Amino acid sequence: MINQNVIIAEGLTKIFGNFVAVDHISFEVAKGEIFGFLGANGAGKTTAMRMLCGLSTPSSGKATVAGFDLFKDTEQIKKSIGYMSQKFSLYEDLTIRENIQFYGGIYGLSKKQIQEKTTYLVEQLHLQNYQNSLVKSLPLGWKQKLAFSVAIVHDPAIVFLDEPTGGVDPVTRREFWELIYDASERGITVFVTTHYMDEAEYCNRVSIMVDGRIEALDTPKNLKKTFNSLCMDEVFLKLARKAVRGE
Amino acid sequence: MSVLKYLLQKEFRQIFRDPSILKIIFIMPALQLIIIPLAADYEVRNINLSIADHDHSVYTQQMIQKIKSSGYFKLVNYSSTFQEAFTSIESDKADIVLEIPANFEQNIVREDHASLFIAVNAVNGMKANLGASYLQNIILNYNNQIRTKWIQFPPIPPQTNIKVSVSNWFNPMMSYKYFMVPAVLATLLTLLGTFLTALNIVREKEIGTIEQINVTPVKKYHFILGKLIPFWILGLAVLTIGFLIMRFGYQIHPVGNMLIVYLFASLYLLVILGLGLLISTYADTQQQAMLISFFLLMIFIMLGGLFTSIDSMPDWVQKLTWLNPVSYFIEVIRMVVLKGSGLSDIKNHIFVIIGFAIFLNSWAVWNYKKTT
Repeated sequence: MINQNVIIAEGLTKIFGNFVAVDHISFEVAKGEIFGFLGANGAGKTTAMRMLCGLSTPSSGKATVAGFDLFKDTEQIKKSIGYMSQKFSLYEDLTIRENIQFYGGIYGLSKKQIQEKTTYLVEQLHLQNYQNSLVKSLPLGWKQKLAFSVAIVHDPAIVFLDEPTGGVDPVTRREFWELIYDASERGITVFVTTHYMDEAEYCNRVSIMVDGRIEALDTPKNLKKTFNSLCMDEVFLKLARKAVRGE
Repeated sequence: MSVLKYLLQKEFRQIFRDPSILKIIFIMPALQLIIIPLAADYEVRNINLSIADHDHSVYTQQMIQKIKSSGYFKLVNYSSTFQEAFTSIESDKADIVLEIPANFEQNIVREDHASLFIAVNAVNGMKANLGASYLQNIILNYNNQIRTKWIQFPPIPPQTNIKVSVSNWFNPMMSYKYFMVPAVLATLLTLLGTFLTALNIVREKEIGTIEQINVTPVKKYHFILGKLIPFWILGLAVLTIGFLIMRFGYQIHPVGNMLIVYLFASLYLLVILGLGLLISTYADTQQQAMLISFFLLMIFIMLGGLFTSIDSMPDWVQKLTWLNPVSYFIEVIRMVVLKGSGLSDIKNHIFVIIGFAIFLNSWAVWNYKKTT
């Protein structure tokens, strides 16, 4: 890849009727970066993420994801990204093994690759004893870790995570972030939305969306300096309080 | 191709993992096929008869005996005034009142002429109509009996009788089961196919797994084939069970080649699954999918010729039924089972059904969007 930026967005906008959900956002995400995408509920995070994943067509603007044009090469982009939505989206009536096999299969992995991946993931997540249990029998934290591992089963260039740790206990959250670091070390760019400010501190760079616009974008350290705050919590509150629209 | 393999494998795993769905797919239609044709019978029996007899003669007794022994009527009231008999209609106990005037016997014997009066409760129009005509037939029959008894040696027959003999082609016993069972089977297959497909896909929308599929490079037609093929196979399996019930349960021996029905059904299922798929692309929740399917199927079945003959519908409704895939399948299955129609007889039906399949499926594929 010539450009080291795996996501480039320029003036990306999404309008539903006369509601501007995402209002001309522009940013770049570098390869291997952990990019935090923050904002209050209804600020437009999920909409922006859905556009970048090719689930939602932008109303205007330009973007390239993994080097492909968002408008022209949507199907190419889909091969190079992983996505974990807010809703849990593995098949609950399939076993852990069957879910890995299914998603590996539809991403076009070979039988051998699927075998290896399954063994690797089951070991990494310590699920050896549960690999043939139905996913619905697992606790939420385990499910979320599994969903993340399945989202990157095809080793994508970028993985988009939409509030992956919502409702998960602190220990599991910490384990989840270990998985994220692990993926990042393997060169996978991580694009993550969250409401937990301690998680924001783990990111290389953070953007904060308010009312569909990006109000701040920098490293957590610089943001704290700019906004004269001790922690990310304070930065977020200072910005998010300006929001006009509610949920 | 291997993507499709994984989609199919997943779908079959899910279907066979859910025992309640399997029961619904296989046992419910079988039960319905056993029960519905027993009830959905055009013959009217158990007509409640109330008689107002002003005559009380031997002749009236004979006639009443004859009516009772026909098996169609149940005498619920026998009184000597019309008022009394009529209250039984008013209180919905009787369907028909037969009034026998005083001097009925005398009039027949002496004057060779007598009249009766029938009053019909037309709230249940079909029962009343058929009941009245059965009753008239029985009386006419009885009338002829007395005539032959009284006119012993007629020099010239007083009345020429035209006797009509009817031969029922293709269904010699005029058994309604021959007529109903194949059509009920066709209807059940339609219901099952539409609901299963529509609900299955909308369920994935509700759970959110469809979005997960939409961010993968899975192609539209792969996803759709992955859904249609399993239900197509299930549909043919249900059809086979239905045929077994028809053959061994109802002892209906199809005159025609059942392979022709299979051929037609396999094309027909594409129409029905396409319809389910189309509904799923418009519905966001299972509730919406249920309601849309229900209303569409209601129209299709009512206008499909299952209960009422399409030929006796008003002209404009008959034209509407050309757009109704169910009517083609019911017609074909009846034609093959009862009449033994061959491929060349149902050629046009096949073309029309292929047209429907292409139309509905293209519409569904066109409306199925991976992006919003």
